[in-house]
Amino acid sequence: MLASLDQKLLRDLWRVRGQGLAIAVVMAFGVMLMVMMDGLINSLSETKRSYYERYRLAQVFAPVKRAPKHLLQQISDWPDVTAVEGRINGGALINLPDETIPIRAQAVSLPDYRAPRLNDVYLAEGRRLDPTHKNEILLLQGFANARGIKPGDHLTATLNGTRRSFHVVGLAQAPEFLYTPAPGEIVPDDKRFAVFWMSEDALAAALDMDGAFNEVLLTLPLGANSAHILHQLDQLLMSYGALGAYTLDDHLSNRFISEEIQQLANSNQVVPPVFMGVAAFLLYIVISRMVQSEREQIGLLKAFGYTGWEISLHYLKFVLLIAILGALLGCVLGVLGGRGLSGVYQLYYKFPFLLFRLDPATVISSLLVSIMVACTGAAWVVQRVFALTPAQAMRPPTPTDFSTSLRFGQGLLAKFDQPTRMVLRTLNRHPLKTLMSISGIALGMALSAGMLNVLSAFDRTLAFSFEQVDRSDLNVSFVEPLGPDSLYYLARLPGVLAVEGVRDVPAIFHFGRERYRGAVTALTPAPQLFRALDKHSQPIALPQQGIVLSKALAGQLKVQTGDTLLVDIRQGRRPKLPIQVAAIAETMTGAPAYMDLNALNRLMFEPGRVSGAHLRIDMHYAQDLYAKLKDMPAIASVNLKNQSRQAMEKMMDEGAGATRYVMMIIAAVITFGIVYNSARIAFAERARDLASLRVMGLTKSEAAFVLLGELGIITLLAIPLGCAFGYGLSALISAGFSNDLYQVPVTVVPTAYGSAAIAVLLAALGSGFLIKRDLDRLDLVGALKTRE
Amino acid sequence: MSDSALQNLDLSLPAFAMQGLTKVFGSGPSRVEALRGVDLTIPAAELVVLLGPSGSGKSTLLNILGGLDSATSGSLSYFNLDLAAMDERQLTQYRRQHIGFVFQFYNLMPSLTALENVQLVTEIAESPMDAAEALAMVGLENRQHHFPAQLSGGEQQRVAIARAIAKRPRVLFCDEPTGALDSKTGRTVLNVLQEVNRELGTTILIVTHAASTAAMAHRVIHFADGRISKEVENDQVLSAADIDW
Repeated sequence: MLASLDQKLLRDLWRVRGQGLAIAVVMAFGVMLMVMMDGLINSLSETKRSYYERYRLAQVFAPVKRAPKHLLQQISDWPDVTAVEGRINGGALINLPDETIPIRAQAVSLPDYRAPRLNDVYLAEGRRLDPTHKNEILLLQGFANARGIKPGDHLTATLNGTRRSFHVVGLAQAPEFLYTPAPGEIVPDDKRFAVFWMSEDALAAALDMDGAFNEVLLTLPLGANSAHILHQLDQLLMSYGALGAYTLDDHLSNRFISEEIQQLANSNQVVPPVFMGVAAFLLYIVISRMVQSEREQIGLLKAFGYTGWEISLHYLKFVLLIAILGALLGCVLGVLGGRGLSGVYQLYYKFPFLLFRLDPATVISSLLVSIMVACTGAAWVVQRVFALTPAQAMRPPTPTDFSTSLRFGQGLLAKFDQPTRMVLRTLNRHPLKTLMSISGIALGMALSAGMLNVLSAFDRTLAFSFEQVDRSDLNVSFVEPLGPDSLYYLARLPGVLAVEGVRDVPAIFHFGRERYRGAVTALTPAPQLFRALDKHSQPIALPQQGIVLSKALAGQLKVQTGDTLLVDIRQGRRPKLPIQVAAIAETMTGAPAYMDLNALNRLMFEPGRVSGAHLRIDMHYAQDLYAKLKDMPAIASVNLKNQSRQAMEKMMDEGAGATRYVMMIIAAVITFGIVYNSARIAFAERARDLASLRVMGLTKSEAAFVLLGELGIITLLAIPLGCAFGYGLSALISAGFSNDLYQVPVTVVPTAYGSAAIAVLLAALGSGFLIKRDLDRLDLVGALKTRE
Repeated sequence: MSDSALQNLDLSLPAFAMQGLTKVFGSGPSRVEALRGVDLTIPAAELVVLLGPSGSGKSTLLNILGGLDSATSGSLSYFNLDLAAMDERQLTQYRRQHIGFVFQFYNLMPSLTALENVQLVTEIAESPMDAAEALAMVGLENRQHHFPAQLSGGEQQRVAIARAIAKRPRVLFCDEPTGALDSKTGRTVLNVLQEVNRELGTTILIVTHAASTAAMAHRVIHFADGRISKEVENDQVLSAADIDW
C-alpha cells in the first residue's frame, strides 16, 4: 500500500495534470533534441570514421597535371608516409538518351590487377571491374538510382573530347564521394552529377596519361607534420604542374560532412539548455505555488512529527515524476526524430549504411540532466519547507507586502484605475519572476525567430545568387581554355541572345600565414550576365590592377581592402602574382575572387583566353541549342542555372525546410508552457482576490482584466525582447554556420519575426482563453471560503 | 427584468422578504439540505444578527441574499424586485450598486493601499462617497496609504468595512466580521458597523457565532438545521461598546 504522503502526491499530480504535462512537454523537447542530436553526432561521426577506415581514405591529396609514375616510389620512401597511391581522374560528360544536356561526371581510375592501396570503393551492387574488359565501369550508386541505371546497362560518355561506350558492371560508393555536389555548387543533385570508376589502363589511354598519374594520395602516421609533407609534395610536383596538395580537412566532401557534424554539436550546446532552463523555471513556479498554498498542511505534518526532509522529499518526488516523464517522452521522441533525420541525411550524405545509434550513456545523461534541472527548480522551494515552523504555518498568512516593492512613480500610477494599478504592482512586486517569465517567452520566440530568419534569409540568398549575381540562363565550360573565337562561335548558335566569356583558373592565395586553395574568376569588363556585387547589390567595376575578393575569402585570409596578396596561379606559366585587394564583394556561396579578364590574361601572358561562358538564351530554341552543345567536343560541361537553383530549393523544402515548422512548434510550445503556467498559477494564487472583486460587483471582464492584463503585459514585453534575442541568435547562427563553402546571411527578414511573434501571441491568446474560461466558472462562495 | 428596475425600488417595502426558501447542495448520498424552508422578512434600515452553530445555514442564506448563490426553491424579493429571477449580469449589477460585503478574512487586495482598496469600489459605483471620507468614518484617516500587510487585523477589517460602505450600499452583509479579531478590536469593528447603520440607514446583516453580538441588533434570527429556530426583536438595542464579549 502507498504511504499516505504518496497518495497525496498522486492526487496532487492528477490535480495539476495540465500544468504538469505542459512542463513535461517542454522538458521532453529539450531531451528530444539532446538525444536526437547526440545520437546523430555519434552515428554520423562513428559511421564516417569506420567508413573512411575500411575503405582506406587518403589523408593527403595532391592533384597534378601529369607526373611520371616513378615519383610514387620516391614519395613512398619519405619517412613520414605510410601508404601512397597514384591515380588518374578527369572530367567527363555522360550522354543519356533522354537528357538533352550532357551530365557532368568525374572518371576515376582503379588499378587493373590489384585493389587500390588508398581510396577503395564500396561495391553496392553488381561486380568489380574485369581488367580484361576495358570498357567496364562502376557507377556512383546515387546517380545510377536517380537515373534508373542498373548493372548490365550501357551508357556513353565523352572523355577528353572522344565519345565512348561503357558497360556498367556495378554500382559503387566511396568515402571521398559522401557528399557530391556538382563542381561549383553546394547542394548535391543525384541526377546531375556522376562519378564512375574504370580501368587505370583504359583511363590512361583516354586521357593520354600512359605511365603517368594526375593525383597522388597519401596516408601519414599518427602525429606526422602534414604541413611539411604538403610542402614537400608541392616542391616535388612543381615542375609537373602541381595544383597544390591539401589534406583531408580541405577535401570538399569531408568538409561538408565535418561541418555538418560540427554544426550539430554547436546546436546541441545551445538549444537543449534553453528548453531545460525554461522547464526548471516552470517547475520552480509550480512547486513554489504548491508549497505556498499548502503551508497549513506542511505545518500540520510537522506538528505530527514529519521531518523537514520527509516533507521536502514529498515535493521533490512531485517534480521528479514530472521530470522523468518528460525525459522518457523526450527519449522516445528523440529516437523517432533521430531515425527520421538519419533518413534525411542519407538523401545528401551517401553512407553505405547509416544507423541511428543511441548511446545508452546519452539516455542516462539526459535523464540525469532532467533530474538535475528538476532539483534545481525545487531546491529554492524546499528550503522554504524547512524554514516553516508548525505554529507559523498554521496561522493565516499575512498579505503579501507590496510596500517594499519598487515604487512606480506615483504620478504615473495616479493616471491608472485601481485594477490597472493591481496589475502593475503585481508585476513589480516580483520583478525577478516577471523578468524570468518575459525572458523565457522571449527565448522561445528567439529560437523560432532566429531559425525562421535564417531560413527566410536563405530564400534571399537564392534570389541574390541566381537573380542578381548570375543573370544568365546557362553556363558552359571548356575542356581547355580557348581563344576569343569560341565566344563568337557560341554567339552564332541558334537561340543564343548574349554571351560573356569567363576564365576560371585554379590558384592558391597567400596572405601572411593564411593560405587558401581556390580559383580566380575573371570576368569581362562591365559584365551583364555574371557580376561581382557589393553589399548594396551594386556592381563592382573590376579594376585593371587588383583583385576583388568575396567576403568569405577575405575572412578566410584575414585581409582587407588595400592589402596585397600573393596569388599563386596554378595554370599555364604558373605565375606568382602580388595583387592588391581592390574591393570586397558580397557572395552567398563559395569563396570566389574576381579579376578583370584582360588583366588576368595579360598577367598570364595568354591574351584572349576564356575557360567558359555565361549565356542568355531564347527558351524557344533551348532544346536545339542543348543538342548542339552536347555534340561539341570542346565543351566540358553545360550547367542550367534553374537546375542548380531547383536543387537548392529542393533541399530546403525536404530537409532543412522541415525544420521551419518544427521551430514554429517549438516557439509555440515554450510560449504556451510559460504563459499557461504563469496564468494558471496567478489564477490559483489570486482566486480569492478575483472572487472578492466579483463580489464587490466587478463584472467578469473587469475581474479578468486584473489577471489577463498581467499576462498581456508579460507577453507584449516579451515580443520586442524576443526580436532582439532572435537577432542575436541569427547573428550567432550566421557566425557559427558560415564558412568558405556557404554563407548564412544575417539579413533581418521581418516576416520571420512576425511569424514568431504571431506564434507567441496565439499561444498567449490560447492560454488566456483557457484561463478566462476557468475565471468565468469561478465558484465565488467556494473561493471566498479559502483563507489564502 | 430591466436594468432600470434596480434604480426604481419601492422603498416602502421590506428590504428582503422570503417564503419557503430552500437550498440543496449535491445529490444522491452527498446531498446536503442547507436551507429547509426559510420564511423571513427583514425591514429596511435594521441591523440584523444571524446566530447559529456551524452548518446551520446562516452563511448560505447570506450568500443567497447577497446574490452570490441562488436558492433551490422558494421566493425571494429585494424591495419590489424578484431576486430569484435575476440572471448573472443583473446579479453583478445588484452587487455593484446595492450591496456591500465584509468577510471574516477581510479580502483586501494586497497590491492596493487602504485608500486604493476603497477606490476600487468608488470607481465603479454610481454615487459613492469620497474614499478618504469612508476611511475617516472607520477611523483610519491616518492609514490611507498603507498596504494591507502594514495594517493590523482590526485595521484591515475596518478598511474592508470602509470599502463596503463607500458605495453607499442599501444592504451590508457581514460574514463573521470579528471572527479573526481579538475582543477589543472586534468591538471597535462592531461599533463602526453600528454607526454605519445609524448614520447612513444601511440595512446590515451580520452572521456570527458570538451570541453576545445579539444585544446590539434590532432583530436576532437563530438558525438550527437549515431552519429559523427563533426570531427575536430587541426592545432595547445596546451600543457595541457596552455588549459583553
